[in-house]
Amino acid sequence: MSQETILKLSGVTKRFGGVQALTEVDVEIHRGDILGIIGPNGSGKTTLVNCITGFVTPDAGQVVFQGRDITGWPPHKIADLGLTRTFQVMRPYYSLPAYKNLIVPLFSRRARRTGGWRGGGRMGDRNTVAVDILEEIGFERDSYVPYKAASSLPTGYLKRLELARCLALRPDLILCDEVFSGLSMSEMASMLPLMEKLRQEGVTLIMVEHRLRELFSLANRVMVLNFGAKVCEGGSEEVMANEEVKKAYFGSEEVFEYV
Amino acid sequence: MEAVMEARRKERLDRGIKVRTDGIYAVSSWREIAYLVLPRLLLIGGLLMMPLLLNQAPYWQRVVSIVCIYSLLAISFDFLAHFVGLVSLGGALYIGVGAYIAALLNTHFGLPSWVTVPLATVLGGGLCTLLLWPCLPLRGVYFAIVSLMFPLLAARIIEALDVFGGTDGILGVDGFSSKWVEMYVLIAVVLLILFGLRRLVNEDLGLVFRGVKDNDQAVKASGIDVITIKALGVFIASAIGCLGGAMLSHLYMWAGISQFALDFSIIPIAATVVGGGGTLAGPVIGCLILVPISELLRDFGTLRIAVYAVILCGFIVFKSEGLMVYGSRKYQQFERWVQI
Repeated sequence: MSQETILKLSGVTKRFGGVQALTEVDVEIHRGDILGIIGPNGSGKTTLVNCITGFVTPDAGQVVFQGRDITGWPPHKIADLGLTRTFQVMRPYYSLPAYKNLIVPLFSRRARRTGGWRGGGRMGDRNTVAVDILEEIGFERDSYVPYKAASSLPTGYLKRLELARCLALRPDLILCDEVFSGLSMSEMASMLPLMEKLRQEGVTLIMVEHRLRELFSLANRVMVLNFGAKVCEGGSEEVMANEEVKKAYFGSEEVFEYV
Repeated sequence: MEAVMEARRKERLDRGIKVRTDGIYAVSSWREIAYLVLPRLLLIGGLLMMPLLLNQAPYWQRVVSIVCIYSLLAISFDFLAHFVGLVSLGGALYIGVGAYIAALLNTHFGLPSWVTVPLATVLGGGLCTLLLWPCLPLRGVYFAIVSLMFPLLAARIIEALDVFGGTDGILGVDGFSSKWVEMYVLIAVVLLILFGLRRLVNEDLGLVFRGVKDNDQAVKASGIDVITIKALGVFIASAIGCLGGAMLSHLYMWAGISQFALDFSIIPIAATVVGGGGTLAGPVIGCLILVPISELLRDFGTLRIAVYAVILCGFIVFKSEGLMVYGSRKYQQFERWVQI
């Protein structure tokens, strides 16, 4: 795997009023990595995602994506560079059919430049490209599912739709904010190969997760956050063995064992 | 004791013909084509016939023109509120700006009405968009409040500074060559904008507009600048309003501060409630009902506001979906009660 750095955070800090959400987070992600970010509730995972994607401006620190300092850029410009995200709380366009949801990203400047995923959007027929993307991500093309209103789709499909919205931009890096949460075991099992496929295609992934088993099977590196600060970073075994992590994250589980 | 309660609910099923005609390729018989075309023809034909039918009543012919101008405002309100997600109370701003620009161009530069009206449409749309730009990044009620404030402000400024003819307004604006030109230009414009916007909201750009309404965060994450899209929506809506204003100043051969009156902000909203929001055609139907009623009630003076309020309350309480939504449901679906 190449060692080219795609995203570099240095000293990213954010506070909301009196709450220190992030304290000097440094991390470096190489192209083709799958970085897992874990941590207890309220540890600043989603704030970190927001800081990287421009939805929140960090108070201090730097976010460098592909050699460009994107700190404080508006979200649409960051997405235009190829850094996209999914939302933890799914944000589809409920009034539109599922495949029409993808017309919006396919309409963006980036998709028009790159043609969208697999370059199909260059031909101009966004509807076909949208259904193509949905098919690859697990919507059965011949069923009625891609044509149903997004408001009537179950969680599993909405999570996929979130991912599809990112893919439509032909991204270099996707930040997945809890794509596995709320999914059944079988839904999760069908998502895993999809993520693996994305990695093989050279898409870098950052995954914020609570589902550790699924995450560890994918991620080649894991970062642990607690109270907005980085506790440690490394391979999954390395992280699991770390005493600090056990204290911060698995402390409750240890107690549970003694009961 | 077991309470004998018959739980019922209304089941709604699409008519077969509606399902068949949803896809354009399915249209294969005259019956199906007629099913699609007749309601549209009814509106188009009805509007086109109106000036002829009212030939004996010149006063009511003028009302046709006024209905059309309110229809433009109502369409623009509906578009902005239900497809871009911005509630605009600025109908009076659009009318006033359009009227003043057209009147100034006509009296100062001597441009004929077929030049002033398109110019006022584009320039006015641009000006209104610039004025409203600062509140586009905000979500919530700010856009509504600011758009309500501008027409009041504009009237006071013109009054205080005594510019643009002050309280007298701009007199001596050219009228149209005949009342037929006036009415049919307006009717054609309403129909073009109505069907044009209905097309637009289902095109790719229209889907982006609707995306902004549903979820602006997701649009941002899709690499699209929400403010630009909102500004484009405001430009389209305000240009439609300014077009109405420009026509109005040529109609009355005058532009004055009463064209910043709140009527132009309120009646379109009432018409949208009566006609059915989110349908674009509904607001036109709403104007066709409300504007003539308001003319009929002119004899009652200020009491007509009360009658107006009663009609509006009635619709909001009993048929909040609006006539167009109700009508198209009856047209497209079977309804029946089923036991639960």
